[in-house]
Amino acid sequence: MIRAALILLGWTVLSAQAAAETVVAGLSRDAISITTNFEGSEILIFGAVSRTAPPPPDSVLHVIVTVEGPPRPVTVRRKARRFGIWVNTDAIDVDAAPTFYAVASTSGFDLVITATEDLRQRVSIPTAIRAVGTNVGDQDSFIRALVRIRTAEDLYQFNEGAVTLRDQTLFDTSIRLPANLVEGDYRTRIFLTRDGEVIDAYSQSITVRKVGLERWIYNLAHEQPLAYGILSLAIAIAAGWLASAVFRYLRG
Amino acid sequence: MQIYLPIAEVSVNAFLLLGLGGLVGVLSGMFGVGGGFLMTPLLFFIGIPPAVAVATEANQIVASSFSGVLAHLRRKTVDLRMGTVLLIGGLCGAALGVVLFNYLKSMGQVDLLVKLCYVVFLGVVGGMMFFESLRAIRNTRRGAAPKRKKHGWVHGLPFKMRFRTSGLYISVIPPLLVGFFVGILAAIMGVGGGFVMVPAMIYLLGMPTKVVVGTSLFQIIFVTGFATLMHATTNFTVDMVLAVLLLVGGVVGAQIGARIGVYLKAEQLRVLLAIMVLAVCGKLAFDLLVMPAELYSLGTPGAAH
Repeated sequence: MIRAALILLGWTVLSAQAAAETVVAGLSRDAISITTNFEGSEILIFGAVSRTAPPPPDSVLHVIVTVEGPPRPVTVRRKARRFGIWVNTDAIDVDAAPTFYAVASTSGFDLVITATEDLRQRVSIPTAIRAVGTNVGDQDSFIRALVRIRTAEDLYQFNEGAVTLRDQTLFDTSIRLPANLVEGDYRTRIFLTRDGEVIDAYSQSITVRKVGLERWIYNLAHEQPLAYGILSLAIAIAAGWLASAVFRYLRG
Repeated sequence: MQIYLPIAEVSVNAFLLLGLGGLVGVLSGMFGVGGGFLMTPLLFFIGIPPAVAVATEANQIVASSFSGVLAHLRRKTVDLRMGTVLLIGGLCGAALGVVLFNYLKSMGQVDLLVKLCYVVFLGVVGGMMFFESLRAIRNTRRGAAPKRKKHGWVHGLPFKMRFRTSGLYISVIPPLLVGFFVGILAAIMGVGGGFVMVPAMIYLLGMPTKVVVGTSLFQIIFVTGFATLMHATTNFTVDMVLAVLLLVGGVVGAQIGARIGVYLKAEQLRVLLAIMVLAVCGKLAFDLLVMPAELYSLGTPGAAH
């Protein structure tokens, strides 16, 4: 009985110690509206580390911030030369790859988190991509290509050292969302790490939605496709006639 | 000024789209081609998803062709009778083309097939037109009378019909076949098919160049209109905002193009069209032959592997 109580006490102390540093965070905005003149958006992610005890002197606190767009399946194809021309020869299907993914950290990624912890929490870009084994041997090179292509389009961002941490307490970073965003919930996560181990995590969603005219057109196209198609044709015919009439008038 | 496209889900510069629409519109009005074979690759290039580009382009071609046809109707350079015959063949061909396209998609490699189709047809058509019109220009310079009204096998077929505007009295079979064949190509390649239609009308049917342009546009309106409705109802890939931006530039351009066409000689018009067709063909062939900078590409699952 006493032993059980001691174990319980020990466990409570340990867990209290583990939670000795917790993250309190805020986002500059929790909803993004896609309007006709949407040019992308920048969100500011900031927060503080709340402590119940003084920080351990022998290790450094690090912060990692990730923003993840809704996952979608994607096919990655590879070209090879066949009969003198370049054709798609093999391909893999990725079950779910985030449409947007940004990682920012206080320092070099290797220093901030260990490989095992990264795998467990799915922090870095490749771990956020879920692909089951396919018959193509070198699946890794396809995943690397996916990351490379999306990074070039600014959809995947990997910013080591982009999070500023002041006095081991206050941190902030800004993440730029490009204009070609997909609708959905963007999960924002903040990790506190010490010695490569995650000691606390925080998660919040940012909702990205089309509004106004964008919303109306999108809904019409999907709910009333025939009406939408006829409307598109009507606009085309009307514009063609209008241009013709205007030019005839101009000519006299 | 950036504009977010609701269906394509990308943001692009509105003036860039207006400019592209205008440029392709001018060519469309001048040559009687829908301009799809130029615009669709240009849209890929500025980052519009291919499915959206193909579907929306069909919608835009309706607008610029309609505008062009009105200009040609006033000058009485549309052979409505011939246009209708071509259209009947065209719609049958398009329907078969859609079936064929889906069959090829299930077999895979449809992208490659479309590209090879482009290279072969653009190359053959462009090359033929280029040399023929050069010869015609040289003959007119020398003062030789152009040979007209050759009586070949086309004139020996039954079901003859009088096409007054074109000044022809020929069987309906060749125009039906031309329409049918172009319809198949249009469905597979995702274009109006004007660049194949125009030379076929000139060289196979022997129609006068001035009538060919208006008649081709007339037929293209209906074929691309049909394609737009198909894409809108089955794939939801017609982007209205993108279409409006392209067609505002396009219809204005088509009017200007039709005016420019009046001042050019028929042979000059053909040489210019041939050069343009060959240029696009060369670019596509180059892409197939030269090692791409990025060997990998991303696509949506379910499409060809």
